[in-house]
Amino acid sequence: MTAPEVQDYVGFDTITQQMERKFLKRGFNLNVILVGESGMGKSTLVNSIFSTHLVDSQGRRTAQEVIRKTTEILPVTQTLDENGVRVRLTIIDTPGFGDQCNNEGCWVQVIKYIKDQHAAYLERELKPQRDRIINDTRVHACLYFLNPGSRGLRPLDVEVLKRLTEVTNVIPVIAKSDSMTLDERTLFKRRVKEEMSFHRISVYPYSSEDDDDEDRMLNASIRELVPFAVVGSEETIDVDDKPVRGRRHGWGVINIFDETHCDFVHLRNFMLRTHLSDLVEVTAQRHYEQFRTSQLRQIKELRAQQAAAAAAGGGGGSGSSQPPVGPLPHQPMAQV
Amino acid sequence: MKSTAGNTGGIQKKKMNGYVGFSNYPNQVHRRSVKRGFNFTLMVVGESGIGKSTLINTLFDSKIFPDREEMPPSAEPAKGVDVTSMSADIQENGVKLRLTVVDTPGFGDSINNEDAWQPILENIESRFDAYLAQENRVNRSKISDNRIDAVIYFIKPTGHCLRVIDIEFMKRLHTKVNLIPIIAKADTLTASELELFKAKILADINYHGIQIFKPVSDEFDDPETVADNREILSKIPFAVIGSEKHVERPDGTPVRGRRYPWGIIEVENEEHNDFIKLRQMLLRSHMEELKDTTDMVLYENYRTQKLLSMGHVQDNNVFREFNPLVQMEEEKRAHDGKMQKMETEMSGVFQQKVNEKEAKLKQSEEELYARHKEMKSVLEKQRSELEEKKKRAEVSARPVTPMEQQHTTKGKKKNIFSGF
Repeated sequence: MTAPEVQDYVGFDTITQQMERKFLKRGFNLNVILVGESGMGKSTLVNSIFSTHLVDSQGRRTAQEVIRKTTEILPVTQTLDENGVRVRLTIIDTPGFGDQCNNEGCWVQVIKYIKDQHAAYLERELKPQRDRIINDTRVHACLYFLNPGSRGLRPLDVEVLKRLTEVTNVIPVIAKSDSMTLDERTLFKRRVKEEMSFHRISVYPYSSEDDDDEDRMLNASIRELVPFAVVGSEETIDVDDKPVRGRRHGWGVINIFDETHCDFVHLRNFMLRTHLSDLVEVTAQRHYEQFRTSQLRQIKELRAQQAAAAAAGGGGGSGSSQPPVGPLPHQPMAQV
Repeated sequence: MKSTAGNTGGIQKKKMNGYVGFSNYPNQVHRRSVKRGFNFTLMVVGESGIGKSTLINTLFDSKIFPDREEMPPSAEPAKGVDVTSMSADIQENGVKLRLTVVDTPGFGDSINNEDAWQPILENIESRFDAYLAQENRVNRSKISDNRIDAVIYFIKPTGHCLRVIDIEFMKRLHTKVNLIPIIAKADTLTASELELFKAKILADINYHGIQIFKPVSDEFDDPETVADNREILSKIPFAVIGSEKHVERPDGTPVRGRRYPWGIIEVENEEHNDFIKLRQMLLRSHMEELKDTTDMVLYENYRTQKLLSMGHVQDNNVFREFNPLVQMEEEKRAHDGKMQKMETEMSGVFQQKVNEKEAKLKQSEEELYARHKEMKSVLEKQRSELEEKKKRAEVSARPVTPMEQQHTTKGKKKNIFSGF
C-alpha cells in the first residue's frame, strides 16, 4: 500500500523538535561499565572519551597497599552538560577483576551487577503505581579491555566475553596500543575477530532488519575496527606550539586525535556521536527484554508450582494472574 | 735492592728483583677457558606475547627462537606451564659459547595461575640435583653444567605496583636463582611514567624481601668498573624492547627497532630503552658473576639444605682423615658387642628353662615314688592276707570241729580285725 500524499503542510514533522525539547528538559542517563585488569588504561581512557576527569585509577600505588582479593564494583555518577543537554553519566569501575593468581569466577560480581540493574528496573516497572520516569541504571555499554600483544583472546577473555555479551552491549578495546605497530594491530584484530566468531561471541553493534543501507555501512565499518586500538591521555602537550592531547615519548609524540595514530576518534564518535541513543535503545529492547522474559517466565512457573502445591493440599486456589510486587526470583549465582 | 718485608698474619710481602713471569698466569687461564668453551643457561619467564622470544633473539642477534606458529581458534589453549629448552652454539672472536635458553610457555596464561611457579621451581631444582649427583660420582672428569645461571622475569608495563603473580613467583624463586626482573614492552610508557613505575617495583621488591641480582663493586674494582656498576644499578629494573627487524631512520640509516606512525623506537638507543644496559650486564660484564653466584652461593645453599634434610649431620669435631679401616673396626667391635649381649641373654633364658624343667621332673619323680610306696604297702597287706589264708587253709586240712570252726571263724574274724 503506498503512503497517501499529504496535500497541505500539516506540521507533524515538528515532532523531532518537540522530542528534542523534551529531551533537553529531562536529560538522560548513560551507564558504562569498565571491565579489565589493573593497569590496562581503563580510567585514563574513559576520562579521555568524556574529556573530563571522571574516575580515579584504582591501581595499587604503594607496596603497603593491600591487594584486592575480589572484584569490586565502584559506580561513580556525575552530571555533564553540553549545549544544554544534560547527561547523568555513571561510570562503573571493576577494580580487582583479573588481578589474582586464580581468577576463576572473577566475573561473577560484574554479571550480577548488570543483572541487578535489569532486575531493579523490572521491579519498578511492575509496580502498580509506577514512577512517571524510572531512573535508568541499566548498563548501556561495557568497555572490555584486551591485553595488547597476546596472540588474541586469552582463556579469561573468552569466558568473560561469553557471559558479558549475553547481558549488555560489549565494546572490546585495546587501551594501551602504543606498544603495537600498525601491522601488529591488524594481525591482532583479525585474530580476535576469528576467535570471537569461533566462540560465537557477538559484540556490539548488532545487525538488525531495521537497518537501512546507511546504518549497515556504518556498522560494517565499525565492525572492521573492532577491537578499537586506542591510546588514552588526560594530558595536553605542546607540539610546535600547538596543544596536542597525547603522550610524549623519546621517539615521537602520539596525538590521540590523530586517526593515523590510533582509533580513539572512531571509538569516541561511535560511542557518543552516532550510536549513543542506539546503545540505550538496544539495552532496553534486547538485553532488558531478554532478562524480563526469562524473569517473568520464572515467576509464572513459580506461580504454577505454588498453585499445584496448594491444590494438592486442598486449600484455596491462587487464581491471581497479576504478578504481585515483591522480590523477584533473581538468578542464583550458580547460573552465572 | 732492598726487600721490604711486612708481616700480615704470618704472610710476608716480598718485592721481587726482576721479572719472574707468573703474571702471565691469567692469560694461561684465559687460553684454556677459550679452548674449553663456555656455557650459559638463561631462563625466561612471562606471559604469552610479552616479548620473551623477541628479546632473546635480539640479545644474541640470532634466531634462537623460531617465529610463533599461528594456531587456529579451535586449538585448545595449553593447560599449565611447560618448561622447554633450546641450545645453540654461538661463536664470537674465537670464543665459543653454548647458550641454552629455557622457555616457560603457559606461565600466567590460564584463568587459574595458582602454583604456576611450581613446574619452574621443580625444573631449577632438578638441575641442581643432576649436578649434585654428578659431583658424587666416582669418576667426575666430565660434569655437564645445566644449572640455570639467570632468570629474566618479564613484568607487564601496567604503571601500577606489581601484580600478585609477579610477587608470588619472585618470592619463591629468588633464593634459588639469580633473578633479573625487566619491564617488557617499554615503548608503552613515557619517561616520567617509567621512573614512577621503576620506583614502585623496587618498593614492592623491598617490601616483600625479594632479592634480585644487582651488580656490586668491591674494593678491588677499578674506578671505571665502579662507575659502570653504579650506572647499571641506577637503571634496574631495566625497561626494554626487542626487535629482530631493521627499520630506516629518517636519515636513511638502518637500525634495529620498531616503526610507529609517530616515530621509530631504536633498540640500541639508550635514550629510548635500557636494552644496552641489560645486554651489558648480562653478557659483557656480569656473565661470570652470574655463573659464579649460581655455583658458589645458590647451588651451595641448595646442596646444604638438601643434605641436611636427608639426615647428614655435620660432624663438627673434626675434619680429620676419614679412615675406612678404622670405621670398619669400630663397626665390627660394635657388632661383636651386640652379639655378645645377645648370647648371654639367650643362655640366661636357656638356663632358666632348664631349671624349670628340672624342678618339674623332680616333682613328678617324688609323686611317682610316693605312689610306688603306697602301692607297695597295699601289695604287702594283700600278701600278708593271702599268707594268713594259706595258713588257715593248711590248718583246716585236719577236720575241724564245729566248735573249733566257730571259734576259728570268730577268731579269724577277730584276727582279721585285730590286724588293724
